[in-house]
Order: sequence, then C-alpha cells, then structure tokens
Amino acid sequence: MSRETYLNIATLAVLAGVPLWAWMADEPFTITLATRAVIFALAGVGLNLALGLGGLVSLGHAAFFGIGGYAMGILASHAQSYTPLIEVPFVIEGTKSMIVIWLVAILASALAALAIGVLSLRTSGVYFIMITLAFGQMIYYFAISWPAYGGEDGLSIYLRNDFPGVNTLMPMQFFGLCFAILCLVLVGMNLLQKSAFGLALSAARQNETRVLSVGMEPYKLRLVAFVISGAITGLAGALFADLNRFVSPTMLSWQMSGEIMIFIIIGGVGRLFGPVIGAMIFILLEHVLGGLSEFWHVYLGALLLGIVLFAKGGVIGALAGREKAHD
Amino acid sequence: MTDTVLRVENLFKSFGALRATNDVSLDLRAGEIHALIGPNGAGKSTLIQQITGHLASDSGRVFLMEEDLAGIGPAGRARRGLGRTFQISSLAMEHTVLQNAVLGALGRRGHAMSFFKPVMKDVALLEAAHSALDQVGLAQHGAVRTADLSHGQRRQLEVAVALTLRPKVFLMDEPMAGLGLEGAQQMIGLLTELRNSAPILLIEHDMDAVFALADRISVLVYGEVIATGTPDEIRVNPEIRRAYLGDDVPL
Repeated sequence: MSRETYLNIATLAVLAGVPLWAWMADEPFTITLATRAVIFALAGVGLNLALGLGGLVSLGHAAFFGIGGYAMGILASHAQSYTPLIEVPFVIEGTKSMIVIWLVAILASALAALAIGVLSLRTSGVYFIMITLAFGQMIYYFAISWPAYGGEDGLSIYLRNDFPGVNTLMPMQFFGLCFAILCLVLVGMNLLQKSAFGLALSAARQNETRVLSVGMEPYKLRLVAFVISGAITGLAGALFADLNRFVSPTMLSWQMSGEIMIFIIIGGVGRLFGPVIGAMIFILLEHVLGGLSEFWHVYLGALLLGIVLFAKGGVIGALAGREKAHD
Repeated sequence: MTDTVLRVENLFKSFGALRATNDVSLDLRAGEIHALIGPNGAGKSTLIQQITGHLASDSGRVFLMEEDLAGIGPAGRARRGLGRTFQISSLAMEHTVLQNAVLGALGRRGHAMSFFKPVMKDVALLEAAHSALDQVGLAQHGAVRTADLSHGQRRQLEVAVALTLRPKVFLMDEPMAGLGLEGAQQMIGLLTELRNSAPILLIEHDMDAVFALADRISVLVYGEVIATGTPDEIRVNPEIRRAYLGDDVPL
C-alpha cells in the first residue's frame, strides 16, 4: 500500500473515531462538529471532481450546495405545514423522507449544474471562474428575494427528516448516516478516477488538444463531470440543511463557494481524500481558533498561504508526496 | 482517382494580411508517403491544422475517403480516421506512457463514458496500447511518467498514440524534429512500416529522410504549392532548388 493509502485510512479512522469517543464521553457538540466536517468533506469531494480532475475552477459551487439545502427546506416545510407544494396540474406534497429529499436535491442540483455548465464551459480560465461566480450570485439573490421560503431570513424546520431504521435526531446516528454516504461517494469517486471517464477527463485537463486529436470532446467530458460534481455538492447541501434544520441564502453565497474550494486546497487538489482532510482541518481551526478570536480567518489565511507557497499538493502532498498516476 | 484517401481542394487561410495557405490542393493515395516540404513559415503546419480541423479554413474543402469534412471538428475528424502527430509533442504529461496509449485506444472506441470499470484493466484497450507501444519501441517504458521521457521517446509516443486510433491517414508534423542520427534512423524505419497500414502526409525538414521515404513530394512556398512530383522530379527542378533546396540535395 502507498503512503497516501495509509494516510487515507488514518483520516477515516480519525473522522470516525472522534465522534465515537465523543458519544462515549457524552459530548454531543463534538459529534455535531464531526458531522459538519463530514458534510463539508462531501461538498468538497463533489467540487474536487470538477476542480482536481477536470481543472475547472468553479467559484459557483455554493449554488449547488444551496439548491440541495433548499430542496430539503422546501420539501420539509411543506410537509410540516401540511400544505402541498403544488396543486395544479396535479398535487405534489412535501415530504419528511430523507431518501426522497436526497433524490430531489441530487436531481435539482444536477439540472442546475447542467444549465450552468452548458454555458460556462464554453469559456475557460478566469472567464470560467467569473461566469460560475455570476451564476452563483444570481441564484443567491434570487433566494434572498423569494419571500415564500423565508427570503433573507431563511427557512427553519422543526424536526430532522426521517430515514428508515435511524433516529436522525440522535447526533451519533445522524453522523453515521452522513459518514456512510461520504464513504460510498469516496468509493464511487475512487472508481471514477480510475475509469475511462477519469482518464479522459484528466487528460483533457492536461492537454485539451491531445484529447481532441484522439477523437474525444473535452467539452462533453467536462460537462458530465460538472453535472456529477454539482449533484454530489447538492446532496451535501441537503445533509447540511438537515444537520442545522435550517436553510438560508448564506448556503448560496460566494463565501461558501470559497470555503469549499479552501477545503480542497488545504487537503490537496485532485487527491481523493484532499477535501476530507481539508474539511477536518477547517472545522478544527474554526472551533479552536474561533474560540480564541473572532478574527480566526486571519490564521486560516496564513495557513492557506503556507500551503500554497510551501506544500504543493496540500497536506496530502506534503505527507505522501507527488500523486501517482492511477493504474 | 479511386485510390485517393485524402483530398485537399483550394484551401485558404489568412492571419490578417498574412496569407498562410493560398489555394492549396493536394491528395494522398493509398500506401504512399507524400512529403510536404518548404522553408519555415511556408504554411505547412497551418495546412495540417486546417486538415485536422484544429484551424478553421477561410475557404476550401477537405475530403477523407470522398467524405466532405466541412463542419466537422477535430475530434470528429480524428474519429473518422485522421491520426496526427504534432510539431511540438502534445501529450498528457502527468499520465504514464501506457495511459497515453490507452487514451488513444479509447478514442478509437469512440467514447469514454464508462464510469466504474478500471480502464487500465480493460483487456481490449491494453492490447491495442501495448501493440502500438511495441511497434514504436516503447514497450519497456509503459509505466514511465510521460514528462520523464526523453524528447525522442515523446516523438515515438506521439506516433504510438496515433497508431492506436488505427487511422485511415497519418498526418505527421516533423516527427524527426530534434532527434539525433540514431533516433532519426529509427523513425525512418518506423514510418516505412507504418505506410503499410495507412498512407502518410509527412512534413519534414530532414531532406535525407524525405528523399529516402517519400513517394511524392509537394513543395510549399509562401502558402502556395509550387510543385508536386516524385523525389527525382523535385530534386532536379531548378525553381525548387532556387526557392528551397539550394545545393544541400545532390542532383
């Protein structure tokens, strides 16, 4: 096994071990922090497909995170108020079922990613960054000015949604659910990186002309990657909204997009566990340094600077060395 | 002509006031190596880019096996059978040599929309990739990162990737550029083998190689084809000697 594999296993062990310890020590807040890290990691894994493998620097991924969040908020708020979502031409009720909410979140964010991707991927470089940011901000301001679902104040849900056989109000059980999803997505992402699609997408990032010359369309590869990426980030958004039992336009803000990107940069761009390690460090800093000073972002900025300047490949790059080509 | 595989008709391309290709017409026949020679800036690489669709022509048409390629982009043209190498090696540098060859084989398959099956365990793709690497002499270097290859090995890998596509036509843009004497000899041997699988349109500055390999030669000067003929006809053409060959090529 490579050093990176050992590091990945250790990361998962810490991520599962800390809440387990907190559960035994009756520290529910720590479990909530770990759940937050898991959900952020999931959002990062989504973005990492576009950014790390596809080279698409999207500054609009909060849009998908927020759409996932609002999918949960809208469906659950209708379920708790016993009012249908729509009545004409047919009745659609709200739901408290997490499975249905996840499916809707995945579908809605994938469709949004398709619409945004179709237009944005015609550009590249700084224009792509700007156009994804612009789409993100459009959706952000739409949510602010949408009074039916709380506008600027957001939308609260009284109870966490239901999952068969799980008491989702128990922090440890909800953590377990989120952790299981993260593990499943990581397994899927690992397979995807080693698949024909992963090889071609990564080649398109390195050399678009080469990919064209062997008869493949980089645009199509990137669009599919962008849609899958948006869907995963959307699923993370639904979980995040369920964790907080609250959704607001903050989830759609460009700062959120920046934070998701920061997880990846800290952990290692394009590395399978990069966003996982990055999200864990981010949550740790937010908790520890945030308790010391409200200006904790200064230290985060210093860490980012250090990583960008001295640790190419993020924490994983520093500890496990250069990425090996997938075999 | 029935054995014409690639036909180029009246291609024009201008960059501002500079006319890079000016009414260029030529054809490539089954089994032949057709060399395109001319001084630097004559428009040879521009012509290749126009044929492959990487560069849109101002006017003119390109036919592959009598199919008009108008409106078809570079990926579509590659899928139809235009295999090319680049003047400056153009490869996925972070990938291994084998992965680059597998990428070509994937292109031959026509799509990469397979998400969960490990591509480097796909027997059909691996066979095609290994066979191409073997043919160019890179069989022992499959696991090497492409960025770590020597210049000559990168040229060989370019040819291998083109081979995996099993193209109807090879378009080779200075495959011997930067190669030493031994490397150039290897490449000449390789191109001699390749002509049996598909005809080659060859851009090359190495006149020894051109005259050793080519069945026909076209001379491009200031974007215009000033002559096309057999090596012997080109060698003795006084206009070409004056415009390009000088006294380097013995009569």
